Amino acid sequence: MLREILAHYNYWIVIVLMMTGFYIVVSRGNLVKKLVGLNIFQTSVFLLYISMGKVAGGSAPILDPDIKVYANPLPHVLILTAIVVGVATTALGLALVVRIREAYGTIEEDELDLMDDEA
Amino acid sequence: MGATAIVVLRLRSLFAVVMLSGIYSFLAASMFVALDAVDVAFTEAAVGAGISTVLMLATLALTGSRERIPVHTPPLPLLVVLVTGAALIYATFDMPAFGDPAAPANLHVAPRYLGDSGHEIGIPNVVTSVLASYRGYDTLGEVTVIFTAGVAVMLLLGGRRGQDAGRKRGDDDAGDAV
Repeated sequence: MLREILAHYNYWIVIVLMMTGFYIVVSRGNLVKKLVGLNIFQTSVFLLYISMGKVAGGSAPILDPDIKVYANPLPHVLILTAIVVGVATTALGLALVVRIREAYGTIEEDELDLMDDEA
Repeated sequence: MGATAIVVLRLRSLFAVVMLSGIYSFLAASMFVALDAVDVAFTEAAVGAGISTVLMLATLALTGSRERIPVHTPPLPLLVVLVTGAALIYATFDMPAFGDPAAPANLHVAPRYLGDSGHEIGIPNVVTSVLASYRGYDTLGEVTVIFTAGVAVMLLLGGRRGQDAGRKRGDDDAGDAV
């Protein structure tokens, strides 16, 4: 029973990382820090997928006549795509931060709210 | 990795935060190697730790690198995060165990790719044959997304002139090169 429960430890690591990133995004007002939090969240999702594709005793999915058991290649392909798309969205987010800084002179969320209320 | 993430949460110096997020990416990459995902690992090391860090440093150069100390920390975010985390951990008990060869994810089309891609495509690396051949349209879609993001970055930053123009070019090029 305990063994069965402990066999899910990979998901718990993912959840701890995911919630840390989520907390940074929700609780911190600085926009650059929010993006870093979003990156941490994103990497934890990558880890979730990759750990689901791991097969005990398996090897990297590169064919070799001596190897019988391989890790599942499909999550790897998905996550390769996701990493590259992730950096594209990060670049877009950072460009928005630069524009916000130019328009408002600050990247702190509560100061931005105040300015919007005054306007 | 967890420790790095928590230090990122606590630190106020954004420069240190960005550097730590690079370290975090490298740690993630080494974890991917341990999980037999070598292709993912070197993409994460190059793109996650390299290009993301450069882009963030460029942004810091334009926006300033101190985070303001908040006046108060409301308890609501922590509550939301704890409840979500507890719900997710509860959900993991229905998931297959770590490394289980009989997990549903490992039974569907993965054995077919592993068994047949060698003589169908002729490339020993299965990840490459799936990415470039079986799922080639996905990769085309990915390129479209990156192109759109590159165009959007250019539109956002393109109207600026003067001493920032040089920096902006660097930003765009990095986005397009991915």
